[in-house]
Amino acid sequence: MIKRSVLPILTVLGIILTVWYAGTVGMNWRVESERLERMGLERTTMEMVELTMSMERPILPAPHQVWAEIQSSVFERSPTSRRSLVYHAWITLSSTLVGFAMGTLLGVLLAVGIVHSRVLDKSLLPWIIASQTIPILAIAPMIIIVFNTVGVTGLLPKAFISTYLAFFPVAIGMTKGLRSPEAMHLDLMHTYNASRSEIFWKLRLPSSLPYLLASMKIAVAIALVGAIVGELPTGAVAGLGARLLSGSYYGQTIQIWSALFMAAFMSALLVYSIGWIGAWVNKRMGARDVHV
Amino acid sequence: MTGTAILFAALVFWLLAWAANQRLARLDLTGPAKWAINLAIPVLFGVTLLVLWEGIVRGLDVPQVVMPPPSMVWDRITESTEMLWADFVQTFVRAVIPGYLMGCALGFTIAVLIDRSPFWKAGVMPVGNLMSALPIIGIAPIMVMWFGFDWQSKAAVVVVMTFFPMLVNTMAGLSAAGRMERDLMQTYASSYGQELIKLRLPAAMPFIFNALKINSTLALIGAIVAEFFGTPIVGMGFRISTAVGSLNIDLVWAEIFVAALAGSLTYGAIALAERRITFWHPSNRRVR
Repeated sequence: MIKRSVLPILTVLGIILTVWYAGTVGMNWRVESERLERMGLERTTMEMVELTMSMERPILPAPHQVWAEIQSSVFERSPTSRRSLVYHAWITLSSTLVGFAMGTLLGVLLAVGIVHSRVLDKSLLPWIIASQTIPILAIAPMIIIVFNTVGVTGLLPKAFISTYLAFFPVAIGMTKGLRSPEAMHLDLMHTYNASRSEIFWKLRLPSSLPYLLASMKIAVAIALVGAIVGELPTGAVAGLGARLLSGSYYGQTIQIWSALFMAAFMSALLVYSIGWIGAWVNKRMGARDVHV
Repeated sequence: MTGTAILFAALVFWLLAWAANQRLARLDLTGPAKWAINLAIPVLFGVTLLVLWEGIVRGLDVPQVVMPPPSMVWDRITESTEMLWADFVQTFVRAVIPGYLMGCALGFTIAVLIDRSPFWKAGVMPVGNLMSALPIIGIAPIMVMWFGFDWQSKAAVVVVMTFFPMLVNTMAGLSAAGRMERDLMQTYASSYGQELIKLRLPAAMPFIFNALKINSTLALIGAIVAEFFGTPIVGMGFRISTAVGSLNIDLVWAEIFVAALAGSLTYGAIALAERRITFWHPSNRRVR
């Protein structure tokens, strides 16, 4: 199965790369030729193509330029330096993880409450769904500023935005999971005269784990988005979001693209590692895959 | 009333509302009465939240810079309706709606085209899945650079953000029709187009609506965040960032109210359409 899909995936990636290179030449052509005209220089077409791929502030940087920037800012600078991409990635990652952990905890607690209390089920669930129609990312600046006026700065305000985004999929998925045991299994627990807490620990919780892990995958991806956007209003201090913002202020497109790729890499890494943990847990428990 | 009295009154209201909700939730009714109670419980809960918010802010004298009471936000909404409307038009009508429609239509069309070839399906599906998990919102500064400060760049961000969820979900949906139904269509000697329109697209509808719902919130977020990177002097994201800068927190909450209202109405409209179109799906069937 995996082997059969390698060739198609490589083809798609190859097409993306080709389109990108073509786009680099096409989009940078006008700017570069105008610059040469001002300097009164004549170039052949091949030289022009080469020049469009080595501009300092291109409209669209070529893939190898982005790669070179990532390489130099990841491997050639010390990780504690402010110019190192690892430093900024770590700041974003730490607030992502704190927010993700708090969001998962909150989501699980809410789900447990919803499953066990009829009032919470009927009153809270509609509001949890409504809460996500508020574009929290849009009010991120306010949350940061409000926390700042109260005196909380640094990691926590950003983590709070991640929490708000991450709790939703966990709460929904976990509620579904805690309700997933079949009626027959619940009846069996009743015949054993199991108490509510015994049913919870021995039946509901184990059967909800696949659902929890599937929704944690979604949660960690949006927790990262929350952390990045949370860094925007702090005025470009540190973090991947700050790299995006300062890059857009100074027209440093290569910096923007390399921060973007770092974020993409981190997101993929987080999602896949939770996927692996999930597969491992499922295997240990002998469960089958579920789709939330 | 003094501060403590207001706080006390809010807390008492909270307890009473909670007790009332307990009672309501225990009632076992059928028909329209049940429907009314299922609506009344969350509404009462929401009203309680507002009363608690107002009570705590007024009772404890929380500075308005930190958290304005809901009554003040409402005053602000009624006072500056015109400005809010202009922001709404700039962000929602000009950027979100065209971007949303284009992104969804593009994702849908490409998914239908690719679906004919197993080779492309095997290649696009994993890449699309990966892309829809990435923080695509990061392309906002690039789009602002390419398409300028006005709504075009915001619409472009929305197109890219909504494209991948639609692509992936439509592709998953198109393979949702069962083997048996497809065989039946084959025995009827149906053409590719007939099978697509009569069997596979209807079967894909729950997936497509799922993408439409996800995208409705993504689109609003994308447009507002893109405005942080550069905008003309109108728009919801612009208003929020400048109002925060000048500590007009009540104006920020007014914009949030507009955004939440627009988001909820869109979501509700899509959910309603889903119920009409996928009436056959188990989750929409009425329990008898």
